[in-house]
Amino acid sequence: MATYLIRRLLLMVLTLFGISVLIFVLLRIVPGNIADILFDAAGMVSAAEKLKLEAELGLDKPIVVQYVDWIGGLARGDFGYTYVSERPALEEILPRIPVTAKLAALAVMFSVLLGVPLGVVSAVRQNTALDYVLRVASLSGLSLPSFWLGLLILMAFVQYAGWIPIYTEKPARLWDELALLSIPAAAAGLRSSALVMRLTRSSMLEVLRQDYVRTARAKGASPAAVNYDHALRNAMLPIITIIGIEAAFLVGGLIVTETVFNIPGVARFLVEAIRWRDYPVVQNLVMFIAIIVVSVNFLVDMAYAVLDPRIRYEE
Amino acid sequence: MAVAHEGGAFDLARNRAAGLSSSLAHFLRRYPLGAAGAAIVLAIVLMALLADWITVFDPTATDAHASLARPGGAHPLGADFMGRDMWSRIAFGARISLAVGVGATSLGCIIGVSIGLLSGYFGGWLDLLAQRFMDMLQALPLLVMALVMSAALGPSLENVILAISIPLVPTVARVIRSNTLMLREMPFVEAARAVGMNEISIALRHVLPNTLAPLIVLATAQLGSAILVEAALSFLGLGIPEPYPSWGRMLSESAAEYVRTAPWLVIYPGLAISLAVFGTNLLGDALRDIFDPRLRL
Repeated sequence: MATYLIRRLLLMVLTLFGISVLIFVLLRIVPGNIADILFDAAGMVSAAEKLKLEAELGLDKPIVVQYVDWIGGLARGDFGYTYVSERPALEEILPRIPVTAKLAALAVMFSVLLGVPLGVVSAVRQNTALDYVLRVASLSGLSLPSFWLGLLILMAFVQYAGWIPIYTEKPARLWDELALLSIPAAAAGLRSSALVMRLTRSSMLEVLRQDYVRTARAKGASPAAVNYDHALRNAMLPIITIIGIEAAFLVGGLIVTETVFNIPGVARFLVEAIRWRDYPVVQNLVMFIAIIVVSVNFLVDMAYAVLDPRIRYEE
Repeated sequence: MAVAHEGGAFDLARNRAAGLSSSLAHFLRRYPLGAAGAAIVLAIVLMALLADWITVFDPTATDAHASLARPGGAHPLGADFMGRDMWSRIAFGARISLAVGVGATSLGCIIGVSIGLLSGYFGGWLDLLAQRFMDMLQALPLLVMALVMSAALGPSLENVILAISIPLVPTVARVIRSNTLMLREMPFVEAARAVGMNEISIALRHVLPNTLAPLIVLATAQLGSAILVEAALSFLGLGIPEPYPSWGRMLSESAAEYVRTAPWLVIYPGLAISLAVFGTNLLGDALRDIFDPRLRL
């Protein structure tokens, strides 16, 4: 177990290192240097200011030094400086994290509460009319762009309630905030729930084909006991990995949903930073997202290894 | 897996021999959902090909008098703020969606197959390197990767295709690699080696054609994702630039403000995206059942 853990940990660090190089290089193939772009975006004029900016960003240093400076800064929690609002980027990002975290948690909750039971029902009733309906429903769920779903929800609000949820001012009470956030969370979570449902269904079908399920049926256990006691308990393990797959999937949903609903979260901040061509901030935010996704996958792998004694750690 | 897909291929071949119409009838009966998906995809392809003939207005022609015209009359689906006909923009938008979808999927598959085949067939340090690179690409969410690439490359049709194709590579490479690993040990590969065929010819002439079935299934699934990512990129203002009519950008122009005033500007482009993706997804599921029942998702 310990060697497995260390190996996975090393692999994770290696992956993150690779990603950091990739992002770093990618944002440097931008035509023109970052100072030029910031120069236009922030509306600075004098040449002296530009030189100062270049020195401040370390663009006059060799590329390897720039990379090391960047990583060192990240390790110290230095997220750079947003030239548009003229504040340290961390000051902009930190207050946005709780909003996105709550939204993501609600969306995951929504997708699991909807996706897992429907996936199980669909598998247990395989090839019935109900299974067909659920499969078509999950496939349509996967086909809806979450930003369009968000717009449709807004439209329904205008039509039936006469108002549109506003997110720029935070409600005083946590419950009010969560209730308000559950609207966009449903928009972001629906696509994930369709994904969760499909994965749950196939994982459940896999288990239902196993010998021990047939044995349980043969010894006369009731269908409910077979399905829920024997099968579902074993199908739960693969479902944990689904959460790992979902993490990366959900980020995309959050980006467009926060934009549609005008929610001041981290995901929308990334889009804004890209629009402002604020590349130092983009670089840091993408790295931040990569760290989260890679860590979630690592934790899922660990949970899986701990929960499933059949997994062999050597190989 | 090879056995399963060969069986499927034989079935299809037998049907082909019995006549195209009976094979079509078989497909319709066996896979009604897949047939529905194929019909939707076909309709959208036809819309893209015939866009010049089925529309009256130029999709980029503005008309102050028609600004925010309601659906009906000369503009069956209404007109946007600049008076551009929605039906024309949706029909011509199909070209953009398909061009990006097919372009990005093909490019992603070509790169993915090359990497998967090389790393699966030859193994060793090449495989190790390729696998770690795929780990990296997979750790970044599809949309984030496409966003960053598109921002770095600058907005143009070609760059959007490139930006969307790269994040599609790892899935293809992984599937082709695992297939190649299995095929490499097959008796017919051993036979080819025994008669003195060189390794590269074996990989290209014996292994590659046998990975075609899972590749078709994967490519169909990826096509749907590519169309969705293009829509999302354009919606965020980082995709297809003006003057191309892109379904995603039509929503960003109309977005939240038209939810109140001109709902048709929100409903139709979204419907077009959803239908296109739904069609490819239905078709993809049916193809998976036909070619490769064990490949899931």
